Amino acid sequence: MDGIHPPGRTARGLAWATALYLVLPILIVLPVALTDQRFLSLPQDGISFRHFATVLTSPEWLGSIWQSFVIAVFATVLSVVAGTLCAIGCWRISRRATELVRVLMLLPLIIPSIVYAIGLYRYFGPLGLLDRFAGVVIAHGVTGIPYVVITVSTALAAFDPRLEQAARGMGASLAQTLRWVILPRIAPGIFSGAIFAFIHSWDELVMVLFIASRDVFTLPRRIWDGINENLDPAMAAVAVLLVLFTTLLLMLDLALRRRRDS
Amino acid sequence: MTAAGRPALGWWLLILPALLLLLVFYVAPILQVLAISVTEPEPGLGNYERIFTSESVQRVILTTLRICLITTVLALLLGYAIAHAITLASPRARGWWIMAVLVPLWISVLVRAFAWVTLLRRQGLVNNTLMNAGVITEPLPLVWNEFGIIVGMVHYMVPFAVLPMLASMREIDPRLLAAARGLGASRAQVFRSVFLPLSMPGVIAAAVLVFIFSLGFYITPAILGGGKTLMVAEWISLQILDLIRWGLGTMMATMLIIAILVTLAVFSRIVDLRRIFGSGA
Repeated sequence: MDGIHPPGRTARGLAWATALYLVLPILIVLPVALTDQRFLSLPQDGISFRHFATVLTSPEWLGSIWQSFVIAVFATVLSVVAGTLCAIGCWRISRRATELVRVLMLLPLIIPSIVYAIGLYRYFGPLGLLDRFAGVVIAHGVTGIPYVVITVSTALAAFDPRLEQAARGMGASLAQTLRWVILPRIAPGIFSGAIFAFIHSWDELVMVLFIASRDVFTLPRRIWDGINENLDPAMAAVAVLLVLFTTLLLMLDLALRRRRDS
Repeated sequence: MTAAGRPALGWWLLILPALLLLLVFYVAPILQVLAISVTEPEPGLGNYERIFTSESVQRVILTTLRICLITTVLALLLGYAIAHAITLASPRARGWWIMAVLVPLWISVLVRAFAWVTLLRRQGLVNNTLMNAGVITEPLPLVWNEFGIIVGMVHYMVPFAVLPMLASMREIDPRLLAAARGLGASRAQVFRSVFLPLSMPGVIAAAVLVFIFSLGFYITPAILGGGKTLMVAEWISLQILDLIRWGLGTMMATMLIIAILVTLAVFSRIVDLRRIFGSGA
């Protein structure tokens, strides 16, 4: 289609304006983080890395980054194991009942996290999971399942079911079929799902606001407090680090997809 | 049938962990929310009566609906422009366009809200630039009001609008556009009578997605609204964390779920819901 019907000038202008509206505000945090001033501003007399230094030497920020990371790793494992097995089961059985299961798995994407967060607040209390590591891991892990189910189901759609039948026909057990035939084939899809489940947990704030308070204090929670209390360039430095980290993860996903497609 | 029945059981066992996790740690807490809304402070529909009697409840609902509708329309317009550009772009340019959509999609919602505060507040970059240039003498109220909320929400929602529209535009045969041009249609005519109608399923899917996401949106409105313009999600958290009115908070949460499910049910007749959520990741 290339060159046959290129967009007109108005269409192109509007698209460019929208792209700038999407990207520029995010890029603005970089010069602000490099300011030599003590308040949120653009650099005046030169650039300075001291706001990055403030963040990277602060035990509070580092502690929260570490907590968020560990929680995201555990939550990702939970989402990936449960989500992958579920997607495979639904794909293989493929009946009305499994369609229902799939819809159920999408619920966390559909129902706003505020509703789930207030529900968990009451639900976790008697279980002793409030302000506990395990509680946050469970909440993030369960709500990360949809991302894995979607990416793994997409990968399975391109997988020839006869391969699985052949393996079974030659006497492979279910575990062997999974281990040697199905999982290697859909590995890129599982990795994609893992990346999205990780970003989901790493960024999640609303549930943490309700089910964690002192002992569990994740990075988004600290940023939230920062935005509401002291707006300073250190916040911009954190934002830059987050943007870099997320972009890196997305590039990784892109590279994996490219390898799978070629 | 045991030969066929036994393997099936094995496959069902694969589904079990996710199913149990979801039922015990997702569905049960949500059902509890529904239950609290009709049992606290006393059993009955007293909390729901407030929808008809309480002016503050009605105001929050109307504010939310107004902001969500404006957000949906703007996100659709801007998203359509980008999706259209991606569809007609050369393969090399297409990669860049898609990055411009996907990177913001996955950047932390907190980072984005923070960036908008930096830009829009009284001493923010926008106001300072305009004042230094002599365009204005007083800082404009760009944030901590409805305007700020909408700017931030549209920014968040545009990528979600792009994905379903893009999926639907990619199914349009480009030869149709070329043929229409060849038959003497102007660029605007090709767009109006060929491209636009064929892309409508994607537009509707995008509208549903953006609207239901906007309804329960918490973080961006809370930061950019400054506590003065309350949307449903922030109102719920206020009722529960600050005022300890569980009945009212869970009533509104239930209304939110109902509103979302009704929207989905209505539109599932015209649009394939799988298209909405299948392209989300």
